[in-house]
Amino acid sequence: MAGKAYVVTSGKGGVGKTTITANLGCGLALRDKRVVLIDADTGLRNLDVVMGLENRIVYDLVHVVEGSCRLNQALIKDKRMKNLNLLPTAQIREKSSITPAQMEAVVNQLKEEFDYILVDCPAGIEEGFKNAIAGVDEALIVTNPEVSSVRDADRIIGLLEAAGIEEPKLIINRVRADMVKRGDMLGMDDILDVLAIDPIGIIPDDENIIVSTNRGEPIVLSGKGKCAQAFMNVVRRMEGEEVPFMNLDHPGFMDMIKRIVGIGQ
Amino acid sequence: MLEFLTRFFTKNSGSKDVAKKRLQLVLIQDRGGLSLEVIEQIKVDLIAAISKYVEIDDEALDVELEDSTECLTLMANIPIKGTRTSR
Repeated sequence: MAGKAYVVTSGKGGVGKTTITANLGCGLALRDKRVVLIDADTGLRNLDVVMGLENRIVYDLVHVVEGSCRLNQALIKDKRMKNLNLLPTAQIREKSSITPAQMEAVVNQLKEEFDYILVDCPAGIEEGFKNAIAGVDEALIVTNPEVSSVRDADRIIGLLEAAGIEEPKLIINRVRADMVKRGDMLGMDDILDVLAIDPIGIIPDDENIIVSTNRGEPIVLSGKGKCAQAFMNVVRRMEGEEVPFMNLDHPGFMDMIKRIVGIGQ
Repeated sequence: MLEFLTRFFTKNSGSKDVAKKRLQLVLIQDRGGLSLEVIEQIKVDLIAAISKYVEIDDEALDVELEDSTECLTLMANIPIKGTRTSR
């Protein structure tokens, strides 16, 4: 059976695309799926460091499309999980080193060998974006609960539609339950109201993400914490399971007590 | 009143409501429906059309978009100074 290719995109930079790509890739591999992650951010690659694989790069995507190596030579096999691979891109090159047609050919070739291909898209809507969506079947749009990234997500939804990629799914990242609770952060319902697309994940803001990125070990590998659980929930939904969304604005026990005695937050 | 009570009990500072409203309006423009230039053009055309019949105060003229939960509304507030009897 041919694999499925997803692009992880957002429009705005810094919302968590790379971290999400790394964690979903690890999560799928934990479930014994054959996975390859493609870094499409030529010139500003980072998926390698987030995965902790930066010292193992010999060949990259640009070498592959230029024909200086075979596709298999550029794939880095993650030693932590046998089914997980990274296809890095070039750091000292430009986005124009690759064309959408070349990218599509690479993605199609990988589909024959892998169950899931996740493409980490660069920020922006120019060449890099056009390359990253070439040949993919589905899109995961990442947004943070704030106006600028939601606005950019809306733009991306339009561009994906124009490119024939229907029904992208939304991942809301860096949600702070305390702020949503007191009405100072857009909640899931608010964002879905505005964007009118289906959600596939809601990820809490968690300082452990920084710790795990420092170490180059995606947080799902630890299997601990709400964040890891939220990523695994996305993985299960990608696999077609019905998983209820985490209620991040559910008041805690102390909040209930405070509300009852009327001292608020 | 109900809103006041809810606000009182939940202690919402509610900046997310502002965010949501601003997003909804900016997305209307982004989605290519009505840009600020188009609204400006509507304003100019409105003045031209209505001025044929009545004298209006184009300084005080106010045209803006409002997005309620139901639908998008173009609100125009056009003060009439007098009628043009000579036409």
